Amino acid sequence: MTAALSIRDMLVMYEDFAALNRVSLDVNFGESFGIVGESGSGKSTLLRATTGLASFQSGSLTVNGRSYSGRKRDKEFYRTVQMVFQDPYGSLHPRQTVDRLLLEPLTIHGFDNVDARIARALDEVGLGSGFRFRYSHQLSGGQRQRIAIARALIVEPKILLLDEPTSALDASIQAEILNLLEQARRDRNLTFVMVSHDLGVISHMCERLTVMKSGEAVETVPVEALEKRQLSAEYTRQLMVASEGFRRD
Amino acid sequence: MTPLLTVEDLRVSFPTQTGTVDAVRGVSFTLGRERLGIVGESGSGKSQTGRAIMGLTPSQAEVRAKKLLFGDMDLLAMPPKERRLLRGKRLAMILQDPKYSLNPVMTIGRQIVETLKTHERISSKDARTRVLQMLEAVQINDPKRVFDLYPHEVSGGMGQRAMIAMMLVCGPDLLIADEPTSALDVTVQLEVLAILDKLVSERGMGLIFVSHDLRLVSTFCDRVLVMYAGRVVEELSSAALEQAHHPYTQGLLNCLPRIGSHRHPLPVLERQKEWAE
Repeated sequence: MTAALSIRDMLVMYEDFAALNRVSLDVNFGESFGIVGESGSGKSTLLRATTGLASFQSGSLTVNGRSYSGRKRDKEFYRTVQMVFQDPYGSLHPRQTVDRLLLEPLTIHGFDNVDARIARALDEVGLGSGFRFRYSHQLSGGQRQRIAIARALIVEPKILLLDEPTSALDASIQAEILNLLEQARRDRNLTFVMVSHDLGVISHMCERLTVMKSGEAVETVPVEALEKRQLSAEYTRQLMVASEGFRRD
Repeated sequence: MTPLLTVEDLRVSFPTQTGTVDAVRGVSFTLGRERLGIVGESGSGKSQTGRAIMGLTPSQAEVRAKKLLFGDMDLLAMPPKERRLLRGKRLAMILQDPKYSLNPVMTIGRQIVETLKTHERISSKDARTRVLQMLEAVQINDPKRVFDLYPHEVSGGMGQRAMIAMMLVCGPDLLIADEPTSALDVTVQLEVLAILDKLVSERGMGLIFVSHDLRLVSTFCDRVLVMYAGRVVEELSSAALEQAHHPYTQGLLNCLPRIGSHRHPLPVLERQKEWAE
């Protein structure tokens, strides 16, 4: 079976600093794949180098059977891969209405029937047409993240890259967004690559995960290994302990 | 014995163009030399409660309370000048993100010395020694080096330790920590909490720990107040977290994804109007 997304020895250098040091991973079609690590571990860089927001100096990237290098991506790539960012306050244009925000990707990719598509996209993320002519500052954090998800889904991608999609949100809103993402994945048979620092979120959403540290992939395990605590890397164990809260010795 | 802090019917309201917003609506509690957690979502009034106690509410807002006593001193009746003397000396506050709450154009050492000199008559030499000791107490390995660094030259965890050092250097009786570890990585979070925990118990301070993270707070504090829409909806002892009665608290606990539990979809919080009444 061909992988939806295949990364081999990807290297991202910023001057002499290796933000991503020869990382390899394969994500299968229909799979939900998690990437865990602390700030500076390279997990966001991996997604950014995949989408062409950052350039990678060596290694290879294959998406849906096509190869890409550097930071050049064609239209076909963005039809296949879309991304949702961490901060819903920073990822929506402040002077565009929701309608405009959702129209832009449709125009770029030459979709027809735009009106119906926008209405359907809003419905799918649970917002309804009442939100269509609002600006992003009139929306709450959770509502903005729903719009960001609608904008990603509207071009009918196959792979969704999620960079900490809920870490800026309250716990109760997080649950709603995670449910929405799972529903979308089921309905559209999507492939997810999800970055998070929260092992609970990853274990809920993903089937396999890679743990990253200092620009390298420490280990890749199925999510059951987290539950059974069969982890080989010391660092992963530290993360597990940290996710259980404070303990007084 | 008089409690360290007595809060009775605390209210904070902000005038806005569309009418008054009541951020805190009648919060009451007393605090001894213990660790109290205040938990709630954004907008629940937890931070404004902490700020009102510190006297850091923005000037356009109105703070009222039947009682707001620090020991037997009435904080609201006190002239601003006296209150300023308390702040930093006997009442201290740790903020969320060291990147934004430390002075970027002053070295770490100098800003801690500044705190000390504001409140005590002390020679520069003695102040330096005290600050170096304090930096050591927050487990900074090379205090002399860190003393001369600017905030942008240190990591988030180190910056937060420096802020803890700055807040504790005058030996306050009450420390308010507003999301002290939310901007830090999980593994660093625990180190910083352990330092805070050790210093608070060694020095017998009272601590108010404000956070959105119910699980973290309950493992760290003795007692937890759960806030919703400006009110305390439930008070719990940390050990009895699982026996929370209020549907809001239960909802908050339930909606967290956990390793090893398979609940698809996750239960979501159904907000009820009467919780806010």
